[in-house]
Amino acid sequence: MTKTEDTIEELKNNTIPNREEFKPANEQNGGNLQSKASLNNSQPPSGPTFNLKGSQLTLMVLELHEFHFDRFNQQMTQATQRAPNFFQQTPVVLSLEKLSNPNENIDFIDLSQLCQEYGLYPVAIKGGSEEHQLAAIVAGLPRIPASKNRESLTPQKQDSSQNKETKSLSTKAPVDTATLSAISQTVTRPVRSGQQIYAQGGDLIVLAPVSAGAEVLADGNIHVYGPLRGRALAGVKGNSNARIFCHSLEAELISIAGHYKVSEDLRSQPLWKQPMQARLDSKHLIIEKI
Amino acid sequence: MAKIIVVTSGKGGVGKTTTSAAIGTGLALKGKKTAIIDFDVGLRNLDLVMNCERRVVYDFVNVINEEATLNQALIKDKRTEGLFILPASQTRDKDALTQEGVQRVLNELAETFDYIVCDSPAGIEKGAHMAMYFADVAIIVTNPEVSSVRDSDRILGILQSKTMRAETGGEPIEEYLLLTRYSPERVEKGEMLSVEDVEDILAIQLLGIIPESKTVLKASNQGVPVILDDESIAGQAYEDAVNRLLGEEVEHRFLTVAKKGFLKRMFGGNQ
Ligand SMILES: Nc1ncnc2c1ncn2[C@@H]1O[C@H](COP(=O)(O)OP(=O)(O)OP(=O)(O)O)[C@@H](O)[C@H]1O
Ligand SMILES: [Mg+2]
Repeated sequence: MTKTEDTIEELKNNTIPNREEFKPANEQNGGNLQSKASLNNSQPPSGPTFNLKGSQLTLMVLELHEFHFDRFNQQMTQATQRAPNFFQQTPVVLSLEKLSNPNENIDFIDLSQLCQEYGLYPVAIKGGSEEHQLAAIVAGLPRIPASKNRESLTPQKQDSSQNKETKSLSTKAPVDTATLSAISQTVTRPVRSGQQIYAQGGDLIVLAPVSAGAEVLADGNIHVYGPLRGRALAGVKGNSNARIFCHSLEAELISIAGHYKVSEDLRSQPLWKQPMQARLDSKHLIIEKI
Repeated sequence: MAKIIVVTSGKGGVGKTTTSAAIGTGLALKGKKTAIIDFDVGLRNLDLVMNCERRVVYDFVNVINEEATLNQALIKDKRTEGLFILPASQTRDKDALTQEGVQRVLNELAETFDYIVCDSPAGIEKGAHMAMYFADVAIIVTNPEVSSVRDSDRILGILQSKTMRAETGGEPIEEYLLLTRYSPERVEKGEMLSVEDVEDILAIQLLGIIPESKTVLKASNQGVPVILDDESIAGQAYEDAVNRLLGEEVEHRFLTVAKKGFLKRMFGGNQ
């Protein structure tokens, strides 16, 4: 049910955000709240009260199949029983792209309130019909357009199919995968171009290559027991103690708590194509031998 | 129960149709009753490669829409016993392929056939999805160049999520790499990726290496699957691949640069 996906709000054209702009979700929210506050307090006119910045965030996506209040409530209860603090004020995008009945009438106010009881804070809807859009606006939720092709390639499903092993340990409900991954997530098959895997709340362990064009993310550390050729983002919620390990550094980008280096910088490293670990030392991304 | 093989690539023009025709014919030569389905609706060319374009009355889409029976649409190959072709429609678009329709046709074929080879269109759109959805085995046709390898990687990711086996949590699809249009000389010069490079990136089992050979174009212009050309090294390489598909252990003949001298002689003799 809960999947992640990077939600791109592009105000600028660059796909790879600038250093300052690349902030983890939490900080970004903080930033927004501040600017709101300054607007309300109507401070004396000294310089701009806010800056608008394009950024790329990783947000959880709740893929709704249908909205039935009691059954939704029940599934949420089950999901959170296993990990009571699993969602703590977690912003979430409500995706309507997988509705079994695309015309289903949804009370977004109800749905929003229910989500919030479990610590999930809807911030927007994704996809859906014009009716959905109107109903969502009433509930204070803007609409992000449905992803087109990218959607069919990106990972939402892959995320769970990648984790057959993890999944088979528990029951079939996709939520269980999420709960388990709160500790750490192990992937045994290669992460392919176009796929994205996010280990929420913990470490990501990949026992295979991460291809160019693939993206792996974790709230904790990322271990790749193979070549890392795609993008790896550790500590995406701001954990600056997170590290990245890999057998061969060939990455397009590595990032820890928003501090990143791109392939162009990485290629000049002595450890390019060598085993390495990356860590943060007072905001500097250090790449060193393991 | 028939085995369903999808021949796919992501990138266009890498040799999917050539491969479908060769592997399908090779399987039939081995006594396996085989059907090759052209999923490239709107751009059909399997029937040209198989030299049956003049006998097309009904096509795959007609069968899906129940405008014709499967038996009416299947074309029996004139050269190879036990080989049938289900041509694509030239006049429809790929939206004519519905999941239910495709499934019904495959189920019906599975009753009497041993192998069903699905020739996928290029791209990652509907036609490609339909061709792979019900597959048991995937042959990823890849040329030794970066963009083709990247697309193959992407297709492998899609195979892991957008197929029936993935969605129902069944056994994963068997994935094989078929490296085509391989030219050891160009690899030597650094103009092409080597087998090792490609294997390293894709990390799947290698089914075969089909060398670049002029006999391929000649064969398809004549409407003869290249596997029937004993003189062609591409044909021989396809034969090896079919044997491997059937579980035999066959050494890769065109794998290492060390054998280059030998390859050069082979190439010299065949071009
Ligand atoms: N091993 C080879 N040596 C030389 N030429 C080849 C080889 N394999 C394929 N070709 C040529 O490459 C071209 C494309 O082949 P083919 O039609 O099989 O590709 P395809 O992947 O089916 O293309 P499409 O994506 O358009 O369906 C043809 O002209 C074919 O003759
Ligand atoms: Mg083709």
